[in-house]
Amino acid sequence: MSALSFLNYWFVIILMMVGFYVLIAQGNLVKKIVGLNIFQTSVFILYISAGKITGGTAPILDTQWSVYSNPLPHVLILTAIVVGVATSALGLSLVVRIKEAYGTIEEDEIAQMDESL
Amino acid sequence: MLAVTALIVVRTQNLFAVAMLTGIYSLLSATFFTLLDAVDVAFTEAAVGAGVSTVLMLGTLSLVGHRQKKQRTVQIVPLLIVTVTGLILMYGTLDIPPFGEADNPIHLHETTVHYLEESSHETGMPNVVTSVLASYRGYDTMGETTVIFTAMVGVLLLMSGRKKDGTGGADDGE
Repeated sequence: MSALSFLNYWFVIILMMVGFYVLIAQGNLVKKIVGLNIFQTSVFILYISAGKITGGTAPILDTQWSVYSNPLPHVLILTAIVVGVATSALGLSLVVRIKEAYGTIEEDEIAQMDESL
Repeated sequence: MLAVTALIVVRTQNLFAVAMLTGIYSLLSATFFTLLDAVDVAFTEAAVGAGVSTVLMLGTLSLVGHRQKKQRTVQIVPLLIVTVTGLILMYGTLDIPPFGEADNPIHLHETTVHYLEESSHETGMPNVVTSVLASYRGYDTMGETTVIFTAMVGVLLLMSGRKKDGTGGADDGE
């Protein structure tokens, strides 16, 4: 139970908070989607960290090895990565449409236009 | 290094640079996944995260322009919220079982043990991740493809409604 055993999780939290900050503080919509990506990756790292065993190897069965990392988080994250790309593709195409409708992708300018209607 | 790249992403104003940095970030996280023994995840992250997403992002930027408006340097309220949330989460990690121990509950659960011990002769596949993905959790994977299909239909619908016929083809999903 040393500080080292939590270092990985704290690192995940730092990444997660960077992504969160981008999401709430930056006005640019493309930047927000990048922030969402950073947030997602931090969650992936959290799951993969949970599946790791020190001294283990990748879960590909072989007679030379007996300790394997947990395969289940890997499978879940494989699914999550692909779904994440699908969501960012959808988000980016929404950004393209917003750019066409408003002529800008800055959040505050869009809010101003909406109020002046 | 991953954290540094993420911080640079926050600071950079030019969105093209941001897109390229996102690619670098994905590649770095892929190496990190390899270190954590998740080779299949690293493959996917490198191909999908660093490849496809960068292409999607560049395609979008070519349509919306790459200049970001100047921002005030640091915004206090969001920073405060983020710091407080981060500290609460760090407090929460104190209850998580320590990293890398073989007797963590996740490794002792019967599904994990079953996958590692039985999957070899139940599916005939040495790679456990593949056998779980395609066989034990096949419905999950089918649901995933449904999600991708829905996203692709959404993207196509959004892009087909555009007035001028530009190069919307950069965004045709997976």
